Amino acid sequence: MSKGVLATDKRGMRELGAEDKVGWDEVTKGVVLDSFEGDASDVVHQKAEERHYTDFNSYTATVASWRIIKPVYNRDICIDCQNCWVWCPDTSIISRDKQMLGIDYDHCKGCGVCVEVCPTNPKSLLMFAEAEDNDEALAGWPQKEKKAK
Amino acid sequence: MAITSIKNLKEFSTNNDRLEGAHLLCPGCAHSMIVRELMNCTDDNLVISSNTGCLEVSTAVYPYTSWDTSWIHIGFENAATAVTGAEAMYKARKRKGTLKDPDAPVKFVAFGGDGSTYDIGFQWLSGAMERGHDFTYICLDNENYANTGGQRSSATPIGATTSTAQAGTHSYGKKEKKKDIVAIMAAHGAPYVAQLAPNKWKSMAKGFQKALETEGPCFINTVSACTTEWRFDPKDTIHVTDLATDSLMFPIYEIIDGHELNILYRPKNVIPVEDYLAAQGRYRHLFKPENKHVIEEIQKNIDAYWEMLQRREEARI
Ligand SMILES: Cc1ncc(C[n+]2csc(CCOP(=O)(O)OP(=O)(O)O)c2C)c(N)n1
Ligand code: SF4
Ligand SMILES: [Mg+2]
Repeated sequence: MSKGVLATDKRGMRELGAEDKVGWDEVTKGVVLDSFEGDASDVVHQKAEERHYTDFNSYTATVASWRIIKPVYNRDICIDCQNCWVWCPDTSIISRDKQMLGIDYDHCKGCGVCVEVCPTNPKSLLMFAEAEDNDEALAGWPQKEKKAK
Repeated sequence: MAITSIKNLKEFSTNNDRLEGAHLLCPGCAHSMIVRELMNCTDDNLVISSNTGCLEVSTAVYPYTSWDTSWIHIGFENAATAVTGAEAMYKARKRKGTLKDPDAPVKFVAFGGDGSTYDIGFQWLSGAMERGHDFTYICLDNENYANTGGQRSSATPIGATTSTAQAGTHSYGKKEKKKDIVAIMAAHGAPYVAQLAPNKWKSMAKGFQKALETEGPCFINTVSACTTEWRFDPKDTIHVTDLATDSLMFPIYEIIDGHELNILYRPKNVIPVEDYLAAQGRYRHLFKPENKHVIEEIQKNIDAYWEMLQRREEARI
C-alpha cells in the first residue's frame, strides 16, 4: 500500500505527500491515507507512544485552539475509576495500566464531560479558564464538599 | 474472537484506543464515545465503513484520518453496502486461499447516523441484513440530520423542533412518531438486535461484543446525544443520556433471533419524561401551556411502549 495519498489528478496516478495538497476536484480515483508507517498489524497492542503514526493520522494534529476552558487534573484525589477515560469523546484522557496519568491537551476540546462524570469529592478534575496556570489551579483546589442534608 | 475484558472500567481502560483525537466532532459529541467503545471491545482487526454524517465528515478531513483501522469513506446511504461488499470479498478470498494472513481475525462494522439509517440508507441496510452478511451495523441515533444543520428525520420524536419541523405559533415541532427501527431490524430475523446507550457503558460494551461475536447481520441502535441540535451544554452529554434512559424515552433492550426480547436496564427510579425534555432546548416550547398536551402524549407513548417491552420479555416468544 502507498505511504502517502494515492491519487489521480491531471498529471496521472501518483503518490502525494501530506504537504502536497490537491483540491477535491483534482482527485478523481480515490485516496488512501495510511495511518501508520510500515506494518500496522499489531497497533491494537501498542500504546500511542509506541506507534509509528504518519502525518495523515489526526493524532499528529491538534485541536487545542478550540478550547476556552480546560480541565485540570488533581492526582491527589483521583481514585483511578476511569470514568473520564471511558466517556472522553476526544481520546484525551491518558490512562496507562489502569492509572489515570493526565490530560492530552493537544486533543482535548474542553467539553467538560470528564469533570461531570468524576465521582470524587472534591472532584479530581475541574474546569478552569484556558489561560489559567495549572499549578495555581491546583494550589487553590476546593475542599471536600459537605453533603447537603 | 479476541474480546477484551469489560469486567470493570479499570480493566477496560487498558485497551489502546483506535479512534484518535483531533477529529472535528463538536466538543461533547456522543458519536465518538460510542465509536471508541466499540473499537475498545475487541482486539480483532476491524474493517469499518461510515455513512456520510457528522462522524464520517469529522474523522476524515483531508489530509487527516482519525481511524487506526481499515476504514472506508463512502456515500450517505452506503456504509452497509460497502462493508458487506468487503465482507463478501474477504470470504471469497479466504476460500480461494489468496489472503495474506487468512488466520487474522477480522470483524466488519458499519456506522450510520439516523438520517442515513432510518431514511436514506434504509433500503441498502435492509438489503444487507437480508443477504445475511456477517457484519454489525451501528446506528448513531441523534434524532436529526445533524451534519447538515439539524433537519428532521424519521427518528426525530414528536414535539422536537428541527430546522425543517420548526416550532412556532402554528406548530409544536415534529408531529409524527419516531420510526421503530429496532423492531424493523428484528423483523429481518437478524440474530442480534439491540438498543444501547453510552451512559450504561457496560451493557453497551456487552451488546457490542455480542454483536461482534454473533455470526450474521447484527444491528444496534445507540442513543447519541447531540449537544448542538438537542441544545444542551457540551459537559452534560452523559447527564442528558441518563435522563433519556431513566425516563425510558430510550429503553435499553435486545432482541435475539427476531423474537427473544430481553430488557437490559431497568431504572430504579423511573423519572417523568418532563425532566428529560426540560434539559434540552429543542423541547423548550413544549412547556408553554398550549403545548402541554404534547408532553402528555409523549409520556403516554413511553408508558405504552415500556408495557409492551415488558410483556414481550415475559412471554418469551
Ligand atoms: C444522497 C445524499 N443526500 C444528502 C446528503 C447530504 N448529507 C450529508 S450528511 C447529512 C446528514 C446526516 O444525518 P445523519 O445520518 O443523521 O448523521 P448525523 O450527521 O446526524 O450524525 C446529509 C443530509 C448526502 N451526502 N448524500
Ligand atoms: S452536530 Fe451533534 S452529532 Fe454532529 S458533531 Fe456536533 S454534537 Fe456531534
Ligand atoms: Mg443524525
